[in-house]
Amino acid sequence: MAIRWGSYPVKGLHDELIQARSKSRPAAHRLCQFLRGLSDQEIEEYKAAAELAIKLMGITFTVYSDRDGSIDRSWPFDIIPRVIDRREWRQIERGLIQRVKALNLFIADLYDQQRVIKDGVFPGELLEDSVNFRPQCMGVKPPQGVWAHICGSDLVRDRDGTVYVLEDNLRVPSGVSYMLENRQVMKRVFPDLFENENILPVDDYPSKLYDMLASLSPRRVAKPVVAVLTPGIYNSAYFEHSYLAQQMGAELVEGSDLVVDDDDCVYMRTIDGPKRVDVIYRRIDDLFLDPEAFNPDSTLGVAGLMRAWKAGKVGLANAPGAGVADDKVVYAYVPDLIRYYLHEEPLIPNVPTYRCIYKEERDYVIGHIAELVVKPANESGGYGMLIGPQASAEECEQFVRLIKRNPRNYVAQPMLTLSTAPTLVGTKVEPRHLDLRPFILSGKETYVTTGGLTRVALRKGSTVVNSSQGGGSKDTWIVDLEGGN
Amino acid sequence: MLSRVANSLYWIGRYIERAEDTARLISVTSHLQLDLPKGIRPGWTSIVHILGNEEAFQKQGVADDERQIMKFLIGDLNHPGSILSSLFLARESARTVRDVMPREAWEEINSLYQTAKSDAQKGYWPKNRHAYLQQVVRGAQTITGMLAGSMLHDETYQFVRLGRNLERADMTSRIIDVRSADLVPPAEHELTPFENIQWMSVLKSLTGYQMYRRSVQEPVRRRDVLEFLFKERRFPRAILHCLGEIEGCALSLKKNAPVVARIRKLAQSVEAVNPGALEQSELHRFIDQFQLGLAGIDAAVRETYFA
Repeated sequence: MAIRWGSYPVKGLHDELIQARSKSRPAAHRLCQFLRGLSDQEIEEYKAAAELAIKLMGITFTVYSDRDGSIDRSWPFDIIPRVIDRREWRQIERGLIQRVKALNLFIADLYDQQRVIKDGVFPGELLEDSVNFRPQCMGVKPPQGVWAHICGSDLVRDRDGTVYVLEDNLRVPSGVSYMLENRQVMKRVFPDLFENENILPVDDYPSKLYDMLASLSPRRVAKPVVAVLTPGIYNSAYFEHSYLAQQMGAELVEGSDLVVDDDDCVYMRTIDGPKRVDVIYRRIDDLFLDPEAFNPDSTLGVAGLMRAWKAGKVGLANAPGAGVADDKVVYAYVPDLIRYYLHEEPLIPNVPTYRCIYKEERDYVIGHIAELVVKPANESGGYGMLIGPQASAEECEQFVRLIKRNPRNYVAQPMLTLSTAPTLVGTKVEPRHLDLRPFILSGKETYVTTGGLTRVALRKGSTVVNSSQGGGSKDTWIVDLEGGN
Repeated sequence: MLSRVANSLYWIGRYIERAEDTARLISVTSHLQLDLPKGIRPGWTSIVHILGNEEAFQKQGVADDERQIMKFLIGDLNHPGSILSSLFLARESARTVRDVMPREAWEEINSLYQTAKSDAQKGYWPKNRHAYLQQVVRGAQTITGMLAGSMLHDETYQFVRLGRNLERADMTSRIIDVRSADLVPPAEHELTPFENIQWMSVLKSLTGYQMYRRSVQEPVRRRDVLEFLFKERRFPRAILHCLGEIEGCALSLKKNAPVVARIRKLAQSVEAVNPGALEQSELHRFIDQFQLGLAGIDAAVRETYFA
């Protein structure tokens, strides 16, 4: 027997599948039994089948490296799923809906009356030097008052079992296609497991996304023209852009395919001449979106797009400027924002966060830098982070200098011990740390994916889950133990 | 449909067909090498001429030896005319239009490139070459079949089909051009066994031998083979058949007048010629003109739909 739960270490950790030595969590019970029954050879066969499926399905991501330019790699995937009990998931779902609702009210307020600043809940000076605040958006009223239509919030679980929101991605969050593809791979490889377990499906995301986007159409037509705007095949998330367009039956366009005419409408160049576009799901950062309004050197965007959006001639998701709330400094205020806008207590807590803009908190960070995780406000993908307990003295000093030079740009958090799940190493299992990124769609209604993308740090002891830095992923099962709906 | 997407689909059609035809050509030449007496073997460089790759060939300084030439023609990604380059470019084009293609077709294009790449070595040596090339031909045909059998036959599909048939007409004309010049001079009455073999190889590289037999029922000789390959509208690799397909595609698109006009003009020139009666040099000149005509169709398609 290859997998022995008796020797699987859980001491000092919170494991998602195994709650104590040899004792699986109820929702993972059948899965663990199944795994225990596999021989080494069977495990190898399942692994090979999954690898083959991934290769054939062409699931790739692009990695940037100075040496080789960009490379297309197959998606690193672990075949042991992460399992969550549906009852727990319901709570998380409610917490996410609450959070995104507050974030949208906050963004709308910032570009309108700024009551939140006048009422002293959020310091105005933070807005003044926010890199993601777009003064060009002041006074714009997007349909339904929603700015962040698609949000990817990263959840982590600490060793005591508490689930925290680690960050909210409101600009162009990616990963949802991998969530969908991981499930496809698992269904190809383990059809019998799906027959016997009550695993909730995830496949309705593309149609929910399409419905939400279509609801942003300025024209009242039966079938509005929806387009996914991509920076092109060299973008690390190109696979996803193409995948989502395909799944929604939307056009996949690049900036050069679009043109804004004198009537402020957006058109795409087609073989029959120009055709009007109603809604754009843009996967290009704000600053590259429109050379007329932002970076004049951008060749990725479309000149005049902001003009068209402000004139209400085209729907944009996410709205330009929504990123103002996607900021590791704003993050620290989200619990207050929930209380302020919704008069509710946050259902999912934040990780305690020290804001270097405040002298007291900054001094604490500098004094305890070797114990903390320090994050720049506006980097994603795990770049530019300091993990104090794993860093050298020099690296710590360098961050102290960075913090002093630009305190507004940094926040710090205590080092959590992220939960683990059994992950295959050869034909044995070892615990590896992971997080979870569910996706929340906001339009007329709010929708949360069933589970989300589980990212796992494949290196022993590592907590960096980003695929660009040695992370992989797992399928995420929301298991209904009560049966039925 | 987006102009950029139409352009990519057109090139997927062309590149997949190019990979298939190149594989066919290498495969048949390999057999021909074994069948002919040493003195009149066409040599491997003749394939380089057929594919119009002399320039790259000389620039890269490829030695005139079988393995080097095979590497150049099959697995060299620096050489844009190699099988692997064609498959790579088809895959890159397919990546940008995955949203309009059936998923299975993308998987097939992707996997054909992956296996052709990892197995490329097998094509360099005679022992496994046939199986390798067969795999490429079969993979290309699977893709063609999948697209034909599962894509919406709207404009999207017409661009793939247009590209495929244009490339096929071009390759057929190239094969005729070089293979008919290679060996024995045209000797109508003296049917040497080797001439027979040469023309059989022309037919076989186009999987046309059996079909020729069914359609012509004459011995395999220059006059009849040329007539068959230029004019047999019922044979899918014959030039008039390809032009008919191209015209059908163009007619299903809007704003097609300039494209259709060029296709018809070219088809008329083929109908008017009696290829079997042409001297070798005349045939060569005619094929040159024909290829310019194809380039003209390509230019009209680009101006009308991709600009």
